[in-house]
Amino acid sequence: MAFNYDKYLRLEKMPTLWCWGCGDGVILKAFVRAVDKLGLNKDDICVVSGIGCSGRFSSYVDFNTVHTTHGRTVAFATGIKLANPDKHVICVGGDGDTLAIGGNHTIHGARRNIDITFIIINNFIYGLTNSQTSPTTPQGMWTVSQKAGNIDPTFNATNLGIAAGASFVARESMLDPKKLEKVFVKALEHKGFAFLDILSNCHINLGRKNKMQSAMANLEWIDSITISKKKYDALPEEERLNLLPTGILKDDKVVREYCDMYQEIKDVHQGKRSKITQDDFEKKI
Amino acid sequence: MRKMELKDIEVWDGNMAASHAMRQVQIDVVAAYPITPSTPIVENYATFLANDYVEGEFVMVESEHAAMSGCVGASAAGGRVATATSSQGFALMVETLYQASGMRLPIILNVVNRALAAPLNVNGDHSDMYLGRDSGWIQLDAYNPQDAYDLNFIAFKVSEDHDVRLPCMVHQDGFMTSHTAMGVKTLQDDIAYNFVGDFKPMNDMLDLDNPVTHGVQTEEDWHFEHKARQQNDLMTKVYPKLQAAFNEFEELTGRKYSMVETYNMEEAEVAVVCMGTSVKTAIEVSNELNAKGIKAGVVGIRVIRPWPFEKIAEVFKDIKAIGALDRSAPHGTVGMLFNELAGSLINSDSNAVLNNYIYGLGGRDLTKKHIYSIYEDLLANAKAGKLTTATQQYIGTRGPKLEFL
Repeated sequence: MAFNYDKYLRLEKMPTLWCWGCGDGVILKAFVRAVDKLGLNKDDICVVSGIGCSGRFSSYVDFNTVHTTHGRTVAFATGIKLANPDKHVICVGGDGDTLAIGGNHTIHGARRNIDITFIIINNFIYGLTNSQTSPTTPQGMWTVSQKAGNIDPTFNATNLGIAAGASFVARESMLDPKKLEKVFVKALEHKGFAFLDILSNCHINLGRKNKMQSAMANLEWIDSITISKKKYDALPEEERLNLLPTGILKDDKVVREYCDMYQEIKDVHQGKRSKITQDDFEKKI
Repeated sequence: MRKMELKDIEVWDGNMAASHAMRQVQIDVVAAYPITPSTPIVENYATFLANDYVEGEFVMVESEHAAMSGCVGASAAGGRVATATSSQGFALMVETLYQASGMRLPIILNVVNRALAAPLNVNGDHSDMYLGRDSGWIQLDAYNPQDAYDLNFIAFKVSEDHDVRLPCMVHQDGFMTSHTAMGVKTLQDDIAYNFVGDFKPMNDMLDLDNPVTHGVQTEEDWHFEHKARQQNDLMTKVYPKLQAAFNEFEELTGRKYSMVETYNMEEAEVAVVCMGTSVKTAIEVSNELNAKGIKAGVVGIRVIRPWPFEKIAEVFKDIKAIGALDRSAPHGTVGMLFNELAGSLINSDSNAVLNNYIYGLGGRDLTKKHIYSIYEDLLANAKAGKLTTATQQYIGTRGPKLEFL
């Protein structure tokens, strides 16, 4: 029997504002299936979204949701999680949202390794405001802010997540909804900052001016720049150029989660344990 | 660099009008970040730059905070600088707005007015404009695309004057002005540029023979004097420079601007005071009432900061009842226009009865019917010589009528 999404959606908000052929809906559906697979109670989930097309995510899913300001999902979510350490807190933002205006919050959420599922819907452009260069827009592409061609170097989002200290880091694209669902399941199960770089298409505001004006052409381009981590690792260094590995890129179950550590602070103040010292940490700097 | 031949009248929306003004004055640096509904201003500017109509630098940065910071840096380094924003972007800029005015940097910021979240809303109201009113900037308000074009030239001319050296915002209503086209009377490139003139930096950091520092820390020793000087210049130097710029602009174009715009006020007994696109709606109602012999005038505020106290007192001296129309949630008090008008009239000879209307939040329409009902209130107040309604009323909301005080 086909999966029934109705229970998890705010049907009165349909149809979505996303353009025809947009990948964001595929990502939303995979996320909903992952929640269903884990049998999570809707009331135990909080989805926090930022600004941009991806920000609409929180409008459509029938969980606790907060639509916040541009780039600040992690800041809001940190407060939500610390007050409700037993709940699942999920951030959804775009590449501009999470890596430009909110870049600072992104790296510090990852550094603390707070138990948040952090989803970047990465479509390589500011879509909602019509095609400005984002931190992941490939160099040489046309954007309205760089009509002679984008010269700005890009972020490799997952490398950023790994370097900043996220304990779970993965990349998938909307081309494979089954894999997407699996990675969402893993990320939701993971205790710690789960950093997900999910590639999506924006044939309207990235594709049109960059020779991929159809959704298919945009998806084919995403296909051409992605490769499974296993195959990527087997490639010689020079052939890795311009390829983004997909799959789980980091999965550290040992590093401590922030809410747990925070509980120990409370324990100190409540006289349940002695003051925290350097001896409590194997890795100190 | 190429010149652009403009028709005498071009069909532009407010965003395009502001973009062309920015092109014609030849800005050195634009640092910007996209936000609805102001994005097209800098987007159009980027097109002009890409097509060689501007000699300058355009940098898209990672947030509005960075955009205004970049503008502050470029202006301190001695360049002609401008950018545009709206709403949340404006809110994020606020910290750096105070840097710009405190460092006395003549930056021009086109603000396309939009509501502030939450709830998230991309449509127009004056919340962001009101948020900026204590930031030490000059604030000019455009009612339509023509104003948005013209006031940019006035803004550059006055801001960059060495006696003033204060940044200036040019406001226009989100969507209603920014995305609505009209026939805009243009200036040819040379004429527009010459009206504003070459940029003459002052105390710029790149003058290596005379190194300076900007924004240094002062505490109780000197901070007060800096702020006092800034206030002195805002209160004494800006008005005459603005008036001179308005006069010169009128000589050049025939288009007359005033710090306080008046319509049907010569014989008026009652008047509404408003800003932005609402002014035109109010004028239509005022014309219809005057045709029936009802003496109802309209006052549009053109210069929000520095607030034109003396002009206001002069305009309202014979008015019996005034309605202040604020398009921003006052959150626990009366609207800004009510307060400013009360402050301007309290020590004058005016005996006018003043009340306050909150309207149009988040893009809600203000209709002629609304304004008719406001004039009805005002006429009743004028007749009674005192308030016949609550001091503050919300108009155009669902549910039971909201009125306070």
